[in-house]
Amino acid sequence: MPRIAGVDIPDRKKIRYAIRYIHGIGPKIADDILAATGIPPETKANELTDQQISALNGAIDGEYLVEGALRRQVGQNIARLRDIRCYRGDRHRHGLPVHGQRTRCNARTRKGRKKTVAGKKGVKG
Amino acid sequence: MSRSLKKGPYVDEKLYLKVEKLNQQNKREPLKTWARRCTIVPEFVGHTFKVHNGRVFYDVFITEDMVGHKLGEFSLTRTFRGHTNKKEGVRSR
Repeated sequence: MPRIAGVDIPDRKKIRYAIRYIHGIGPKIADDILAATGIPPETKANELTDQQISALNGAIDGEYLVEGALRRQVGQNIARLRDIRCYRGDRHRHGLPVHGQRTRCNARTRKGRKKTVAGKKGVKG
Repeated sequence: MSRSLKKGPYVDEKLYLKVEKLNQQNKREPLKTWARRCTIVPEFVGHTFKVHNGRVFYDVFITEDMVGHKLGEFSLTRTFRGHTNKKEGVRSR
């Protein structure tokens, strides 16, 4: 099992898809990296030579934020919004959608599982 | 969609001039403003603005982190007092 960028151990898939298991690498960056290192995208992850693996590691290290560093970056960006007491920070703090979506209904991704309230939905108390 | 770079940031002219004047005199005093749509530029750092939210003027002290945001983002327009308590039918908190 090859190890690329720290802990990630993608396996038995074509490398083009396998490296997307690394947080921060999607379709676009995956193809970019393979083009830059000259590795054929169809190679299976477990067929990679050590050389190719280190080439991949080098390519990722040099250019992209992945895994922990990326997560930290995102967390910091959100923390910044919270710290400056702006509207978007407020939305993060309250666990509500940040980009102006409606919250009368839906918005379940941010709000979590439904909390049923008796007597809601037009039935007047 | 974000604003075209060609135009540069939108800054309220009058407010900007007022800030410049204060900066020249090295004075700091709160500025009342309704210009919520005005982008915060580096010159504003360290000043306090009283930003209107439709009802009152909120004191907003500008720090470096706030550059690039709009004044209105710091003066919330809605008050959420919590959901109604069913038994009493009044707003708590």
